[in-house]
Amino acid sequence: MSFEPKILGIACNWCTYTGADLAGTTRLQYPQNIRVVRVMCSSRINPSFIFRAFQLGADGVLIGGCHPGDCHYNTGNLYARRRLAVTKKILEFSGMEPGRFRVEWISASEGNRFAEVVREFTEQIRDLGPQTKFKISQ
Amino acid sequence: MSRIGVFVCHCGLNIAKTVRVSELAEFAATLPDVVVAKDYKFMCSTPGQEMIANDIKEHRLDRVIVTACSPLMHEQTFRKVLAASGLNQYLLSIVNIREQVSWVTHDIDEGTAKAKALLNGAVRRARLLAPLTSRVIDVNSDVLVVGGGIAGIQAALELANTGKKVYLVEKNSTIGGHMAQFDKTFPTLDCSACILTPKMDSVLQHKNIQLMTSCEVSEVKGFVGNFDITIRQKARYVDHTKCNACLACTEKCPGKGVSEWDEGLVKRKAIYIPFPQAVPQKPVIDRDACTFFKKGKCRLCEKVCEQKAIDFEQQDTFTTVKVGAVIVATGYDLMDTRSLIQYGYGKYPGVYNALEVERLFNSAGPTGGKVTLRDGKEPQAIAILHCIGSRDKNNYEHCSRVCCMYSLKFAHLFKEKTSADVYQFYIDMRAAGKGYEEFYNRIIEEDVKFIRGKGARVAQSADEPDRLVVEAEDTITGKFIKLPVDMVVLSPAIIPRGDAKDVARLFNLSTDKYGFFMERHPKLAPLSTMSEGVFIAGVCQSPKDIPDTVAQAYGAAAEALTIVVKDKLELEATTAMVNPASCCACQNCVRVCPYGAPFFNETKGVSEINEALCKGCGLCASVCPPSAIIARHFTNDQVLAEMEGLLEF
Repeated sequence: MSFEPKILGIACNWCTYTGADLAGTTRLQYPQNIRVVRVMCSSRINPSFIFRAFQLGADGVLIGGCHPGDCHYNTGNLYARRRLAVTKKILEFSGMEPGRFRVEWISASEGNRFAEVVREFTEQIRDLGPQTKFKISQ
Repeated sequence: MSRIGVFVCHCGLNIAKTVRVSELAEFAATLPDVVVAKDYKFMCSTPGQEMIANDIKEHRLDRVIVTACSPLMHEQTFRKVLAASGLNQYLLSIVNIREQVSWVTHDIDEGTAKAKALLNGAVRRARLLAPLTSRVIDVNSDVLVVGGGIAGIQAALELANTGKKVYLVEKNSTIGGHMAQFDKTFPTLDCSACILTPKMDSVLQHKNIQLMTSCEVSEVKGFVGNFDITIRQKARYVDHTKCNACLACTEKCPGKGVSEWDEGLVKRKAIYIPFPQAVPQKPVIDRDACTFFKKGKCRLCEKVCEQKAIDFEQQDTFTTVKVGAVIVATGYDLMDTRSLIQYGYGKYPGVYNALEVERLFNSAGPTGGKVTLRDGKEPQAIAILHCIGSRDKNNYEHCSRVCCMYSLKFAHLFKEKTSADVYQFYIDMRAAGKGYEEFYNRIIEEDVKFIRGKGARVAQSADEPDRLVVEAEDTITGKFIKLPVDMVVLSPAIIPRGDAKDVARLFNLSTDKYGFFMERHPKLAPLSTMSEGVFIAGVCQSPKDIPDTVAQAYGAAAEALTIVVKDKLELEATTAMVNPASCCACQNCVRVCPYGAPFFNETKGVSEINEALCKGCGLCASVCPPSAIIARHFTNDQVLAEMEGLLEF
């Protein structure tokens, strides 16, 4: 059986989650490997969520927020951007393949972009194979 | 132990086509704490809602999961079902298996598998949900309208007529917007000024409207029901409280500025009113054109002003108003077609854009309503080029919607005012609107020549150097044509105002790829935005004609009224709270919050949160080192439990 990666998405309510909805409304097709958790703002994302996702066996984690400067909460995604940059560094430092973690700014009108990113990212994770570095065997 | 009910919606075949809904309900029944799981054709219908309500009672449910469309669609609907059944509305979870599952796959196995994972996550999360109490706030009954074009004017008048106080903010020195520049309106050909100026005057006279021209919103604080809006009054250098509008100053002024009103076709004075029916009818000084500001001497206007209203020392001032709702109606610009060098706009004097031509027709315009070229001659042949920059993947993909119709109007007016031959170069003729097709047929009868083909290039004529040649492919005959004309009218793409991005940031509006403001839902909430209490009307949302703009203005006024008519408003309970026992007093939360909701209680030595200011983004919870801050409804435990569920399958 071919490898079907599990990808966790965490999307902000106002931009990326709405953009993902738009991808659906316009019937764009993308792989079903991504499962999205909705939070109100990308700034809500605690780095521990990302580490925990990898521990739980996620093969990739995709974070989506509003474009910097367009945050529904003015500055939330700017804090998220810095925090997630540090998270990425820690992940790499801990030996995680950098390609397994991606942060994208996708607005509510960018359904296309959402589908495109998910397609790309899923392929990338498929190429990387199963994530074993952090996974805690059940 | 909780008692969870899972309700799986088919949404007709929208979901059922690519998710095996009965299998999903059977799967749900196997999950921990799920006591009832059902599927139904339309869960949002009355029988669907009644089924949920009955099951809440019958099975003594304390959590409800609706597996259906996006929460952005029906979360409120199902929350009401819970509330009506005596269950706290925040004990609801929505699983989005339509927009994010069934509509994005053709494979029923994949769809069902993903739906199961999402549902599993929701069950895990639901078990940890807590009942929350909505906050109730007082509502300010005033409304701010931004933009004094026809949309803003209409919205302001409607609201004012209901007795609400309206602040109408306009950045120019007069209200009226683009509509005031037009001579006639399609398809009825009624005089634009005749229908608009009475409304402009009503705005000025209305006791409930505070008209604020030469003003811009500079800061927006607060939230629905309680916005604090800071407005910058730009210096006019004329004290309008003293000015009696005698306009002696404008006669004496030697300064020359570019008339924005006449689209730069003529000069105006440095102290001026934009046009004779301007509202308010009081002049302002254009600093960049004023001889005194440029050279340090002149002050002629000051000398002739008996009211002593001229004030060269005037500065910008700021005022803050409190409102409960906002209507944004900032309108549009035409695309600057100079970048499309093939059309020669800005290079050949015979090439005009649509707004310039509107001014040529207008009796108060630069030519007194006569159609003459820049050299004063009357054109013998005129080409109107549709879709310049719009319906064009290299520029703007959208159809600008009104160009076909105003181009037909132009053709009629050219025929009326000149003896010229008039040619329309179009891709498709779009005349969808009441009386529009009839108008199109009428113009065909008026001996206007229609060439189905987009104008490709405008060049100088080789044989007659003072004439132009329009090149195009006539797609009906399949021939390339080169048509000599004297005048070319471009119908450029309609795009958002140059500063629309700044307005979007001020009011937290989402924009589409070109900068038009996004509505909350394209069908069902076309005037609402993602910012609660902020509504949009007119072309700032997308290109549209005057009837649609006015209809939207009425709609936006009604939307705003639904808020300001209430004394109290219920706000989302999903705010942050501090667990004082864990607070380490680092005050990270106080520093990061964009709304100033967390504050440090010196006496207790811990941070606290002013719930009235909290918008529930959860930023503070993420920066709290000991996780003392709990983002209600999105707590760490809830999010982690959902993740566990999602990744289990």
